[in-house]
Amino acid sequence: MGTLMKEFVKGIIITNPVFILALGLCPALAISTSLDNALGMTGGVFMVLLGSNIIISLIRKAVPNIVRIPTFIVIIATFVTIVTLVFHAYLPDLYESLGIFLPLIVVNCIILCRAEAFASKNPILASIADALGITVGFMLALLMISFLRQMLGTGSLSIFGVHLFTLPVLGENPMIIFILPPGAFLVIALLLALFRRMGVMKGE
Amino acid sequence: MNELIAIFLSMALINNFVLARFLGLCPFFGVSKKLGNALSMGMAVTFVMTFAAIVTWLINNRVLVPFGVEYMQIVIYILVIASLVQIVELFIKRTNAALYNAFGIYLPLITTNCAVLGITLINTREAYSLLASVVAALGAGLGFTLVLAIMSGIREKLEIADSPRSMKGLPVAMLVAVLLGLTFFGFGGIV
Repeated sequence: MGTLMKEFVKGIIITNPVFILALGLCPALAISTSLDNALGMTGGVFMVLLGSNIIISLIRKAVPNIVRIPTFIVIIATFVTIVTLVFHAYLPDLYESLGIFLPLIVVNCIILCRAEAFASKNPILASIADALGITVGFMLALLMISFLRQMLGTGSLSIFGVHLFTLPVLGENPMIIFILPPGAFLVIALLLALFRRMGVMKGE
Repeated sequence: MNELIAIFLSMALINNFVLARFLGLCPFFGVSKKLGNALSMGMAVTFVMTFAAIVTWLINNRVLVPFGVEYMQIVIYILVIASLVQIVELFIKRTNAALYNAFGIYLPLITTNCAVLGITLINTREAYSLLASVVAALGAGLGFTLVLAIMSGIREKLEIADSPRSMKGLPVAMLVAVLLGLTFFGFGGIV
């Protein structure tokens, strides 16, 4: 149990996919315009990562080394197809707003990286813990970015239609730049620098 | 014709893949430190994108749609792209060994470059014709190359610049991307 906990916590801080490994930057920047999108994306990534980690961990001894990457990609693509269909059927709003970034989970480096670096070498329970930890780390990063972008860019915060609060001045004159693409680069650049300043990224 | 020009300009400049759509960020931040490498990387990506656009269009409209199995798109597209990358890799290895070594790990990584899968998905989503798909892929690839080249020139200077310690490397490169993105807003009015 202790080791499983360790794999879980590791993914949140030490190998935080976005801030430390700088993986999965494309979706982190592109869909972090609102908290809804951030949570939707996390849900999609979680389902794909969990599924692919379990299957890859199960078949890790049966797959010849030389064809392992193509095998992983086909497995991941299958799970992404399933997730895309599920979103299309049950969460049409999120399906629309995530756009091509939902199918693009296939090429999200986080998932292939975990398959290659972890699930193909470790037993199934550890792989599940790894998937959970990485997802929570990914979610925290996405929530942090989208919290700042939505708050500064629209002047108010709401989640799944529930209005949380409106900022006094920004509510009338929001800094739209934060919702636009350059704002994403700005927020993530400053967050990365902040993480380094706090010493979390020692030795990179 | 006008429509094709509009697609090309929109893909290359207005909705630039790197700065506005956030596709292909890994090579943008990873490979773009020397102008030469950036240009050849851009060319390789453009080549793969254009061929991928043609092949996936044919497969989608001649096989997947007639047989009603559009849900196989993601799996088929990624396999097409992976095979194309293998072909390009073999070709470059045979013809230009120095270039092959310069690419290093980034050549096989084109497979997982979201720009390539991105253009095939965008083409399918917009229901472009074959010609429009090719034009869109060319525009997107050339826009990617342009931004990669600009970025590599700036990175060469940034390497020796005296930036704060916590900003060195990726964060300062992203701040440059902010300014580039704002500059590219200027293209917004041309179509």
